[in-house]
Amino acid sequence: MNTIKIAVASGKGGTGKTMVATSLAACLDKYYSVQFLDCDVEAPNAHLFLKPEIDSIQSAEILVPEVDQVACTGCGKCVEVCEFHALAQMGDQILLFPQLCHGCGSCQRVCPVNAIHEIPRKIGNLRSGKVRSGIRFHTGDLTISEPMPTPIIRQLKSRITNETRITILDSPPGASCAVVATIHDADFVILVTEPTPFGLHDLKQMLGVLDQTGSPGGVIINRDGIGDVRVEDYLDQTSCPVMMKIPYQAEIAVGLAKGKILSDFIPQYQSEFLNLYKKILEMIEDKEQVGA
Amino acid sequence: MIAKMQTGKAKQCVILSGKGGTGKTSISASLMHLSSQNISGVYVDADVDAANLALVTAAVPQETHEFSGSKLAVIDPLFCSSCGSCFDVCRYDAIQEPVKEQASYQVIDLLCDGCAACVHACPESAIRMVVQQDGEWYHSISAYGDLFHAELFPAAENTGKLVTTIKQEAVSFAEKHQIPLIIVDGPPGIGCPVISASTGADLALLVAEPGVSGKHDLERIIQTLEHLKIPILICINKYDIYPEGTDAIKRLANSYGYQIIGEIPFDDAIPNAMVQAKPVTEFAPESPASLAIQKICEVILPVLFSDGGNL
Repeated sequence: MNTIKIAVASGKGGTGKTMVATSLAACLDKYYSVQFLDCDVEAPNAHLFLKPEIDSIQSAEILVPEVDQVACTGCGKCVEVCEFHALAQMGDQILLFPQLCHGCGSCQRVCPVNAIHEIPRKIGNLRSGKVRSGIRFHTGDLTISEPMPTPIIRQLKSRITNETRITILDSPPGASCAVVATIHDADFVILVTEPTPFGLHDLKQMLGVLDQTGSPGGVIINRDGIGDVRVEDYLDQTSCPVMMKIPYQAEIAVGLAKGKILSDFIPQYQSEFLNLYKKILEMIEDKEQVGA
Repeated sequence: MIAKMQTGKAKQCVILSGKGGTGKTSISASLMHLSSQNISGVYVDADVDAANLALVTAAVPQETHEFSGSKLAVIDPLFCSSCGSCFDVCRYDAIQEPVKEQASYQVIDLLCDGCAACVHACPESAIRMVVQQDGEWYHSISAYGDLFHAELFPAAENTGKLVTTIKQEAVSFAEKHQIPLIIVDGPPGIGCPVISASTGADLALLVAEPGVSGKHDLERIIQTLEHLKIPILICINKYDIYPEGTDAIKRLANSYGYQIIGEIPFDDAIPNAMVQAKPVTEFAPESPASLAIQKICEVILPVLFSDGGNL
């Protein structure tokens, strides 16, 4: 039995992804085994809500080339094959620009004299731990001034175990590579939006991403009551349902600012998130039947 | 007032936050509106995968340009001998094994990083790299001046390069037309598009939000900008929703040696202005949020044009 992967994404930042992901995890944890991955490694915040006890900290690394300048004949093949211009040749010296290196290993493989070997370069941390309620928690953080979050997201996701019933993935904002790395193999994607023109514009971007990943998805409208009705009008014309609405309330804003979990400080949300999970399971099953 | 170029190079102010959704774009649009009353500017929306600045500044595209740059591997099934060398070298799980006999290996486009490792590994030369269009960028005329913005296609790569492209366009446009100010609405996070949006900035305005997440992400963006050696000013948005959180932001800012230059209250005028597709300072100039942003603008501009003397 594979774990059920539910990703929480949004397009626009600050719409309430972490609020939804942490509440859903906390509610499901009462009935199922749950693992939680905070994949927003540029601005990871889920630990501030779930408050895990971290029991393992490891470096997130990518492999970068180290050139043995003595063995190097200066043929330049490594520079030629690097698609990211991370290597350059100055006279007979090969220079590395480590932050441009994606760690693909091509340079090492094409070197005719084996003058390149790969060494790990730290670009962040991977932390794992346990939330008191039982949730297995994994988070990553990109080191300041490092550009590439996706290798950390991939390494974080390698910690997913199939023995755990449900996996919640808290995605970064946006609609590009880091989001794709997080959600591409999700069984379901919850899109959290707000009912404003910005929310709508960025939601459309995410629906475009889902078209490509093929995962079923549904929308949660957060801060319902601000803005206008264009998000719902738009979704009416798509196959993507509105699964839940969370009104704008000062009480919610304050609770979240303090680092509390929505379904803890407003317990009525416990049944709402359990219902959400039921709907998600139904949609995953529908999708599988269509696929079969 | 400051009306002409002082050094021959436009002053660049980038608006950032770390955490998403703190109000960067609403504040950027208002700063465009307010500053344009005294100083002509060129504007950049550097949040290319969630680009919203054009929605509230009445931007009309004058030019549309294709943006391409990323590459994807494509396997020619006619030449593929199914040896699996490509599968072995790919570190991104982007090669799919043949699903049935005689079918060839295939590239999973979404996962391909464009590194070409498979191209070099293939003994049959059956794989080539194909350049992809990743998005479009636009030179628009907004209500306040020229705006450079872009739309990255959903799931596309190369955000940093697209940000760099539109920023370079804005810088050369400002230079050509002797425009003294560039305002850059930045992306969330601290990674590659943030670094691209910040490079070359004379000043960063950080929009913080009270609360545990806002504080955590503010610290990370401060550290990122200090690393890039970019001067920082900080304002707090929705400061009144959680006063203890606002105090905590102030303590954090002070511990890094920064003052808070403005506090914007929670104000319905901000989403209402967004619905009306206008900056809040134009839609509701007397609203509490607008008055607060006005004060912030009055602090930023002199700092930006003081040649860094006060920073």
